[in-house]
Amino acid sequence: MANDATPVIELQGLEVRFGRRTILDNLQGSLSGRAIGLLGPNGAGKSTLINTLMGFYPPFRGTARIFGRDIRTDLRRVRGLIGYMPENESFIAGMSAVVFVRYMAELSGLPPAAALERAHEALFYVGLGEARYRKLEEHSLGMKQLAKLAQAIAHGPKLLFLDEPTNGLDPPARQRMIRLIRDIRERGDLHLILCSHLLRDVEECCEEVLILKQGRIVHYSNLEAERRSNRKFLELETDTDGAPFAQAVQKLGCECALAGERRIKMVLTDGVAIRDLYRLAAENATRIRKLNYKRDSLEDIFLKAMENGNGSL
Amino acid sequence: MAVYKRGYEGYQGQLTPEWSRFLVIARQAYRRVFDSKRMIAFLALSFVPVLVYAILIYLPHNAGALQIFNIRKLLSIDAGFFYHFINTQGFLAFVLTAFLGPGLISADLANNALPLYFCRPFSRTEYVLGKMSVLAILLSAITWIPGLLLFAFQSYLEGWTWFVQNMYIGSAIFVGSWIWIAVLSLLALAMSAWVKWKLAAGALIMASVFVTAGFGEAMSNMLHTDSGGLINILKDTDAVWFSLFRLDNSTGLSVESAVGMLVAVSGLCLYLLSRKIRAYEVERS
Repeated sequence: MANDATPVIELQGLEVRFGRRTILDNLQGSLSGRAIGLLGPNGAGKSTLINTLMGFYPPFRGTARIFGRDIRTDLRRVRGLIGYMPENESFIAGMSAVVFVRYMAELSGLPPAAALERAHEALFYVGLGEARYRKLEEHSLGMKQLAKLAQAIAHGPKLLFLDEPTNGLDPPARQRMIRLIRDIRERGDLHLILCSHLLRDVEECCEEVLILKQGRIVHYSNLEAERRSNRKFLELETDTDGAPFAQAVQKLGCECALAGERRIKMVLTDGVAIRDLYRLAAENATRIRKLNYKRDSLEDIFLKAMENGNGSL
Repeated sequence: MAVYKRGYEGYQGQLTPEWSRFLVIARQAYRRVFDSKRMIAFLALSFVPVLVYAILIYLPHNAGALQIFNIRKLLSIDAGFFYHFINTQGFLAFVLTAFLGPGLISADLANNALPLYFCRPFSRTEYVLGKMSVLAILLSAITWIPGLLLFAFQSYLEGWTWFVQNMYIGSAIFVGSWIWIAVLSLLALAMSAWVKWKLAAGALIMASVFVTAGFGEAMSNMLHTDSGGLINILKDTDAVWFSLFRLDNSTGLSVESAVGMLVAVSGLCLYLLSRKIRAYEVERS
């Protein structure tokens, strides 16, 4: 088994083609986060990447490794580590939720008794305990999503692929799903890849984000690190020309940029506090009218990535 | 701790051997098959001919019955007798396949369940093998297993010499049944994979046997030849059975061409399955 230092996913020049169309183009990189968000517009290749990692589509060139295991040569073992919640409705009609989850767990290799026990556990965990004996076709869309999640975790995978898990859910159901995903993440014994076009879902659940555009990686960042760095990024508005004040702030070692005559953006260095800014403003006969912590939201990151679109890890 | 109080935890226990996992499919399918009273009734009915044949084997060895019916002169227990038995059970196997086969794969396809199978350490071959085993085990239960039991019963009543002289009948029952089971299973799975609607798939299985039979006969009559029978799966199988039971081949087909045709049909079914049994279909352009 791979040790903790082994990346969750390594992409090594992965290229996937359908006929003459290139769907994933020379993906390179190493992902190690506990919860990784996969973002991109429709048709960017998010689902194709997940499906390729599970061996549904053969790579045309390059390969990928999951916990150090090559998807070309060690696919069976790779699949043994995975739990998968597909985007579309996926179930077997005529089965109750508990029979369905048990069946899937048995196919993953659990003995019948353990599979049954884990099926009950998983269904209670996702909140379908009371409905576990109802036929799946009688479940609402939200309940079917939860049943899909239950079958994905019942066998205790090391890596969980969630493909658009909040698709079609109403706000309370979405909140419940997000809470569950965060809870799974925080338990710490499995990694998860969340594929979504909903930025909020990724922002709420993931530590790292990989953005795809037209089959290429255009951005990869650690959201936690971004959030930490954003804590020191300020945007100020002054009542007069801010240049003298900005120069004074720069003398403290902070990065400063004028974003207009009266608007200043700055990154504070360690040891510089907000009260220092007010003191400097008073010394330069400037009044600070507005002071905001500027935070690059995931939306900003996403939009920037869409504009640039040529990055790699 | 009660199940409903437990949170999510990884699984640390033992796993089943990988080679045995395709049987999970069969086990699950049987739970559903035996939930159906109609299916149980049909299976029970399938054993009626076995009982009749067992009585027919027993009667000639019963002195009292011999005196009353003079049966030994009416019925000889030989290759022809067992050929008729396999023919009867083969027909019942076909009907059972037409009822059971259509729902085997179409149910998974109808609700996109295939990705859930293949995201696990479970291959497409294992999937097909698992689905085939559902039919193979049930069809075995009504064809070669009772056939061999009847053969053993007859050998027991007739003695060692009869058994040694007629051992080929035993192998004919076994091999002949398996050929029919393999062709039927593959045909049923291929139809089930290509037609999502169960009823239509069932009709197609029937049609693939009876329509081709009718078409083959029509061709033979029009062209004044026996080769039209080649596209008749029933006739092909019959030709092989005749050869296995060392009986006169009345089909007009050579065994080689009949075997070739059955292999071709099986190959075509496997090809159709390989095209359809995928986690996701890809549109190539």
